[in-house]
Amino acid sequence: MEFQHLNVKLFVEKEEKVDLEALIPVFHSWIQNQAGGELLLDVADYRHIRSGPGVILIGHEGNYSLDNTGGRLGVRYNRKAELEGTNQDRLVQATHATLAACRRLEIEPRLGGTILFHGREIEVLINDRLLAPNTLETRAAADSEFRTFFSTLFRDIEYAVSYPQDPRSLFSVHVKASQAFDTTALLNNLNSMAPVSHQG
Amino acid sequence: MKASNSLWKESLTGKLPEDLAHEIDIFETDLGLKKQGKLDERLIAETRLRRGVYGQRYDNGQRHDGKRVQEFAYPSGPLTKGPNTLWDAPGMQRIKIPAGGLNAAQLETLAELAEEYSDGIAHITTRQDVQLHYVHIDDTPTLMRRLAAAKITTREACGNSVRNVTACPYAGVCQDEVFDVTPYALALSRFLLGHPDCQSFGRKFKPSFSGCAQHACGLANMHDLGLVGVTHTENGKEVRGFAMYVGGGLGTVPYQAKLFHPFLPPEELLPIAQSIARVFARLGEKKNRNRARIKFLIHDLGIEKFKELVWEERKTLPHDPRWTQYVEMAKESKEEPLRPPGETPSRASEAFERWHKTNVRPQRQEGYSTVTTTLPLGDITASQLRALADIVRRFTRETLRTTVEQNFVVRWVSNRDLVDIYEALNPVGLGDPGAGNIVDIVACPGTDTCKLGISSSRGLAMELRNRLAQKSFEMDAAVQNLHIKISGCFNSCGQHHVADLGFYGVSRKMAGYAVPHFQVVLGGEWESNAGSYGLPVVAVPSKNIPQVVTRLTDRYVAIRKSGESFKDFVKRIGKVEIKSLLEDLTRLSADSADRSFFSDWGDPREYGLGDMGVGECAGEVVSAIEFDLAAAEREVFQAQVDLDKGNFQQAARTAYLAMVHAAKALVKLELQDVPDDPDRIIREFTTRFYDTQKFYDSFAGGKFAQYLFAAHVSSNKPDNPDSARYLIDEAQLFIDASHACYNRLGTVSVA
Repeated sequence: MEFQHLNVKLFVEKEEKVDLEALIPVFHSWIQNQAGGELLLDVADYRHIRSGPGVILIGHEGNYSLDNTGGRLGVRYNRKAELEGTNQDRLVQATHATLAACRRLEIEPRLGGTILFHGREIEVLINDRLLAPNTLETRAAADSEFRTFFSTLFRDIEYAVSYPQDPRSLFSVHVKASQAFDTTALLNNLNSMAPVSHQG
Repeated sequence: MKASNSLWKESLTGKLPEDLAHEIDIFETDLGLKKQGKLDERLIAETRLRRGVYGQRYDNGQRHDGKRVQEFAYPSGPLTKGPNTLWDAPGMQRIKIPAGGLNAAQLETLAELAEEYSDGIAHITTRQDVQLHYVHIDDTPTLMRRLAAAKITTREACGNSVRNVTACPYAGVCQDEVFDVTPYALALSRFLLGHPDCQSFGRKFKPSFSGCAQHACGLANMHDLGLVGVTHTENGKEVRGFAMYVGGGLGTVPYQAKLFHPFLPPEELLPIAQSIARVFARLGEKKNRNRARIKFLIHDLGIEKFKELVWEERKTLPHDPRWTQYVEMAKESKEEPLRPPGETPSRASEAFERWHKTNVRPQRQEGYSTVTTTLPLGDITASQLRALADIVRRFTRETLRTTVEQNFVVRWVSNRDLVDIYEALNPVGLGDPGAGNIVDIVACPGTDTCKLGISSSRGLAMELRNRLAQKSFEMDAAVQNLHIKISGCFNSCGQHHVADLGFYGVSRKMAGYAVPHFQVVLGGEWESNAGSYGLPVVAVPSKNIPQVVTRLTDRYVAIRKSGESFKDFVKRIGKVEIKSLLEDLTRLSADSADRSFFSDWGDPREYGLGDMGVGECAGEVVSAIEFDLAAAEREVFQAQVDLDKGNFQQAARTAYLAMVHAAKALVKLELQDVPDDPDRIIREFTTRFYDTQKFYDSFAGGKFAQYLFAAHVSSNKPDNPDSARYLIDEAQLFIDASHACYNRLGTVSVA
């Protein structure tokens, strides 16, 4: 089974402190600087929708958003372009893109340290229902890939996984580690894995 | 773009209608041919448009990022999908929903597509369509196949074709309707889809159905073909038919539809529509797309001549059994309730009562109601679409319609289930009150995604919604029921002409900088199928528009007469007083350090028209032209006042002179001593600004200059108030375009 179009979401700590409006000029400045090595195009503002995608930075290879889907705020990277390599490579790419975006927001002076990530919970989705329908078969096929990846990401710390049941939803896995990591630690853990191209 | 694109075709083999499958295969082949350089630029553009595949803002690969214009280096490089439209640039997919009807499985399909190919949002349009944004063209054939498998087509959602056939979302359940127009709308939609007689129009053609004359739901008066259900008695029996209207339309200059026939028998509906299509295809303008809508043909021919031509055409049509078959087939799928009728539970929360007051409407079938789910700015998430699918399955037989106010209407909800359905809708963000009232603001995509956007209509709508939602239930009842509609430019996709408070985006130069503005449009009527159109009163900086709303509504509440509508109030106090009321808001804040005026709502970038073309510096005559253009604005306003007083010939003369003076203002940039002779001014304007294309808008081209030329040639002598009204609209658009031209020539950057 091939993982493509991975989405990775890392949840925000103290959601009530986050002002989505303040994020808009930050995303615009990422476009000005073409931050992160991907082609960044535009900003879409969906703050008016409850439990929606919040504010999205539209890119060519992938979108970044401060996403409130499911009523939980987090940075979500949505890989749109197909990516060569192994499934582990793709997991590393999408997670690295997410963590790097999180880190940039944490240290962004205009946000004044209001956006922090607890690094204990992470959600991985496959945004392609034909490649990965939300079934038990997909879960079985993906399980060993996920175990390999999360063992590295969380440095063999115990973690629990859960899978949403609705067959209409995208196939996804929600992972909760037994201890918190900061984004820098998670990035370091990730860097210990085989390097991959993040451009695709 | 999607890794699975090549697999979907095989996966869906045999699961979609053969004709749709074949069309999509051809479209996919055309995309391949274009990639190989074997298909003409204009041809691929019209090919994709006729399948609903639109361009989006910045698709020329350039975007002003607030500091400079960036050139996007897409992987496909210079490959294009139409003139000046890069292959890899994200685009919009429009999806036709005839009469707005959707079932639960279709909602689920839309949810999947929004997630997998778009940004997770489906957008309901002012013509009951669904749009997905930020879609890659390589994904569109797969997206279309998945839609086709759910019995939805994108065919002719755009382009010079018959667009979505809209219909009142309450048809069949409305207490006031004459009869259910739904089967006729579906039959017409099916009949005209891909019809050979509809393939060579010069412009689009929009049909609409309404079950009554008095409400707004069908908006028959603003459509190319508007059909209103009527009955009369023949030999003691009630007989159904349609009042048929033609040649209505908003666009830059709105036209009220003309009555084609007061009572068209149902069996003549499809053949007459076909005859109209043939006449339009044969005689409609093809070269000048600015005059290619059927409204111009009817205006030029006169309604009587047009009718004569259509009836002649009707006589020549070979009989087609589908004329009646399609209607009969559509009648077979009758809506029925899932659950028994009942009474609304008496014990309920205050929140429920508020929602019930605005969002629930009793059906003519006793014990049942319709429930409106308000969608802010017409947006709904994939998760909400799935939740809505569950809800319509639980409470109804999947009876759902989109509305032109960008909402959903769930039909056939038993009154005994109203509390339960509210409690199901509310947790998923679909239970907000305020359907159809002042909070339920309609806005086109504007500068967010539209190539033509001048100001941020969605940004303004969101700001107004946030402010009004907090106090809407304490507002005077007369204000609660007002309609606000916003377009990002003069093209009227937000239907600003038929709102109580309408706004459309324009730009103005103030203190040396481009400032986003909105024209305030007053006097429109939403009811009576869009009974009358408003006119622009004054342009106000975007950031002052919330104060415009407050002042106008406060004044309305303070001095309205008993039962007086907002439109009548505007007419009574007059535009002179209204303009005076808003005069100070046309200026920038006294605080010179307030730079917020130089950016638009929800967009921190310095505002400018850079994304629509950049020009050279105009030099030192800045203040003179601003003064001259302001004088032209005053003249066009005076023309409105003349028209309101019934002096339409004077109004037309003044509007024409306003255009001449605006043209002169531009000419003076290059020729300071231009004489006051209209012939000379127009000659100089033509040479210096039209022929050189300096006046050209990136997308409208020289359209607005042609208004001036036409008025000059016709000696501006209208023979009726309608013509004077059109001229006033055209004069305002010409002046707006003169401002834009001046902005392009000499906008400076904020340091």
